[in-house]
Amino acid sequence: MYPSHLKYTKDHEWVSVDGDHGTVGITHFAQQQLGDVVYVELPEIGTVLTVGQPFGTIESVKAVSELFAPMSGTVVDVNTALKDRPDSVNSAPHDTWMIKVKLGDPGDLSALLGAPEYETLTH
Amino acid sequence: MSDTASIAPLKKTPLHAAHVGLGARMVGYGGWDMPVEYSGITAEHLAVRSAAGLFDVSHMGQIELAGPNALAAVQHIVTNDAAKLKDGQAQYSALTTPEGTFVDDVLVYRFAERHYLLVVNASNIDKDYAWIAKHAPEVGEVAIVNSSARYALIAVQGPKAIGIVQKLTAVDLASMKYYWFAHGEVAGVRATVSRTGYTGEDGFEIFVPPQFATQLWNALLAAGTPDGLVPAGLGARDTLRLEATMRLYGNDMDEHSTVMECDLGWIVGWNKTEFIGRDVLVRQKAEGVARKIVGFEVLDRAIARHGHAVHHEGAAVGVVTSGTHTPFLKKAIGMAYVPTALTAPGTEFTIDIRGRMARAIVVPMPFYKRPRS
Repeated sequence: MYPSHLKYTKDHEWVSVDGDHGTVGITHFAQQQLGDVVYVELPEIGTVLTVGQPFGTIESVKAVSELFAPMSGTVVDVNTALKDRPDSVNSAPHDTWMIKVKLGDPGDLSALLGAPEYETLTH
Repeated sequence: MSDTASIAPLKKTPLHAAHVGLGARMVGYGGWDMPVEYSGITAEHLAVRSAAGLFDVSHMGQIELAGPNALAAVQHIVTNDAAKLKDGQAQYSALTTPEGTFVDDVLVYRFAERHYLLVVNASNIDKDYAWIAKHAPEVGEVAIVNSSARYALIAVQGPKAIGIVQKLTAVDLASMKYYWFAHGEVAGVRATVSRTGYTGEDGFEIFVPPQFATQLWNALLAAGTPDGLVPAGLGARDTLRLEATMRLYGNDMDEHSTVMECDLGWIVGWNKTEFIGRDVLVRQKAEGVARKIVGFEVLDRAIARHGHAVHHEGAAVGVVTSGTHTPFLKKAIGMAYVPTALTAPGTEFTIDIRGRMARAIVVPMPFYKRPRS
């Protein structure tokens, strides 16, 4: 269910780490809890993120939720395709990225969970 | 739709185990542990618009009035003219305060000349019963019974509903008009079948004794699945009713909004000489109201929800009562109370959505009207 090459947060985001960059999305569990996603509001390129702080919102038919930064850093890319296809968060959560971040402090990564650990959290 | 804070444990309908068995996500609503969705709000919503949905609405309450003064009592406590009802006919109505505001919105069923049944909102059962017990006897002695525990209520809604229910009953559904009902057997269960609903589609609401609810539910699922029927939860029920601009008590109406403000003048029996709240409503009909409910579409990419403030020319002037993104119309819609000057279709205002101002435009209600065959 949860790919082993990804890292996870307790707030149900996933992170794919590549050198000093991290790519962020939300997990299958998160999309399931939200239900049908209709809007994803993301920051602009250049926005500075602080670990644990909101960086955007995701809204489903049912409710609105905040997205929390898994790590500090600077937003270097934003998935603008989500504007027209927000439902891809539901259909392919682990393949649907939201933002790419240049890490501010690689030490933030040590707080992230591995796949088995995260899976346990969702039960 | 918000969870109702309560210290008391949540009540369970007779179909609770069936919902859990179907993998429903359960939430607290009006004091009940209810299914909010099974396959997903969008899928369930679209199934109801194109085929059929199966809803457990057993949390709704039933209050019965009987005796020689039953009609006079009903006429005294509700706005609509129950004298127009014939046996087997139902009517949308409002239980009102002397201020013309809503104690509740109700369906009035005439079972017999001296026997009426009110279907009331789940969260209002105790309040309504106390209100009726206090005010109905003002016109004479009448028996008042809270019979909520004696009924499970299952709704089958959608264009395929009639074919599905007809497979299970000898009651002739095609000859049953909208807002009429009949007694008979459905799937071998003693039932009252009513051509009513809360989705904007054709459909039926079936009252059965609670011990037979699961039997009927399973029979309907089995009979309807080949036609595309799916179990549907409160989430889809809310988006469906909002597309059809059917009001929700506690969101769009309450003890602070009058029937005229809620734009429901059509459920007032204007020829009636007396009912609680009549003076205020007659005056508001003649003089107009300062604020009124309107339907709106959000023009920006955002969803307005219950409680968001409506702004116009820099000032907060109203409040959103219901709002969602609708799966069928695929846009953000809602209802709001605004000053009467802002109620004409085409009027623009803004809505404060978590600190961001989104533009919205008044549109005619309902948002969705089913194609009539």
